[in-house]
Amino acid sequence: MQEKMEKNVILLAIATLITISIGGLVQLVPLYALDSTIEEVEGMRPYSPLELAGRNIYVREGCYLCHSQMIRPFRDEIERYGKYSLAAESMYDHPFQWGSKRTGPDVARVGGKYSNDWHTAHMINPRSVVPESIMPGYPFMATTELSYDDAAEHLKTLSIVGVPYTSEQVASAVADVKAQATGEGDVDAMLARYPKAAVGDFDGNPDKLTELDAMIAYLQMLGRLVDYTNYKPEMDYR
Amino acid sequence: MAEPEKDALSGRETTGHEWDGLKELNTPLPRWWLWVLYATIVWAVAYTVVYPAWPTLSGYTKGMIDYSSRGELAKNLAAVKQSRSSWINRFEESSVSEIAADNDLLTYAMAGGRAVFAENCAPCHAAAGSGSVGYPSLADDDWLWGGKVDDIYTSIRYGIRSDHDDARVSDMPAFGADELLNAQQVADVTAHVMSLSGGSAANAAGATVFEDECAACHGEDGTGNRELGAPNLADAIWLNGSGVDAVNAQVKNPKHGVMPAWVDRLDDVSVKQVSVYVHSLGGGQ
Repeated sequence: MQEKMEKNVILLAIATLITISIGGLVQLVPLYALDSTIEEVEGMRPYSPLELAGRNIYVREGCYLCHSQMIRPFRDEIERYGKYSLAAESMYDHPFQWGSKRTGPDVARVGGKYSNDWHTAHMINPRSVVPESIMPGYPFMATTELSYDDAAEHLKTLSIVGVPYTSEQVASAVADVKAQATGEGDVDAMLARYPKAAVGDFDGNPDKLTELDAMIAYLQMLGRLVDYTNYKPEMDYR
Repeated sequence: MAEPEKDALSGRETTGHEWDGLKELNTPLPRWWLWVLYATIVWAVAYTVVYPAWPTLSGYTKGMIDYSSRGELAKNLAAVKQSRSSWINRFEESSVSEIAADNDLLTYAMAGGRAVFAENCAPCHAAAGSGSVGYPSLADDDWLWGGKVDDIYTSIRYGIRSDHDDARVSDMPAFGADELLNAQQVADVTAHVMSLSGGSAANAAGATVFEDECAACHGEDGTGNRELGAPNLADAIWLNGSGVDAVNAQVKNPKHGVMPAWVDRLDDVSVKQVSVYVHSLGGGQ
């Protein structure tokens, strides 16, 4: 048996694959099957179409290469970044943005920490507000118009992998992008669909709906969705 | 199976494999190495008994010592709080003005406040609160919303134009963009504002416009009103840039700075410490 395996590369490859798969499956499958993996929390909702557009830019620009979105349950982390991240907070992430590379700070709870003006200045030239920063500038985002004709398609795609977007949310996706980024149109309906969404012109240029608007809308939401008023952390000790 | 072949030179068994005339000795693994391997296997099994490990139908085994990383964190935090309790209790019981007046608490607050400031405030207000265009300096005695330590505490807790219900809010009208004043009036009032700090000659037309439109918030003499967050226009400190162009732009379509509310992000002791720290940066009143 061993001799056959050693001398037949295809058999060896198949056997290796099976062995590694067992190791992987034993570790991963229970996490998908267990109810306790994702905490039950109030307030988590799928991303608004504008936030999602910002998230797509975040992924496109590779922000995750330097910024994680996961605050670990350690004292040094929570004293700097705030409450530790819950699994529930990334349950609508495809793909998740956890990461272990922190050239820059964790951004899991950056929402509301800075003003929109600050984010605008910081994205265009980080050194203008944080002199010691080594983050590259992204000035083109402030001038590039956001392409959002396909906003509904993004929502549909995510619903295929289990994000619970309603048909109403898909139908109003394009209108919701405009409402959130300009404060015009049916903002109340948008906020009913996406509670706590930050509304308004984000990048200080109301004439143009730019990629920077989407990016800041996304950043200002991060870490603010879960309602902790009735949350009992000791129920989710793990 | 054939009898294992013995190597003539070393007297050891060979594996029976042969490559181009070379044969491989079948040397057994060192005994110590094997025992270490067995020990790690026993360790691994014991580990899954002591710590959370195996999935079950409705959950997972919690282990014998009821360990969880979040539980450990809670214990860790409680222990730290306990070890600092003599200080924390005093901070919780004292108002910010009492802290600022107490030498011991002040020293402690300066150290704690500096750390809080560096992480949370310095990105806008810059190191040591020196500020920059659009972000007020905290190290001078020109205050928008008041420089007493209680005022600073309120500003930090609820923010300026933040989304908190108790935020400090003021809204200067866009005199140019909303056509409340024509271009000439804007230019006149800009000239008058510049003259307040000695930057240009007096402008009578501008003074009239100022009295009608601006004095209600900024005061007759332009020295501002901290109740309303109206800046002092009669000094040489400019929040949104100095010079005629910057002032003109601000009259036409003013920028409104936003500061987040920190009451939900930081604990009260941290907010008190950083208030006292800011108060001490040079301009506290």
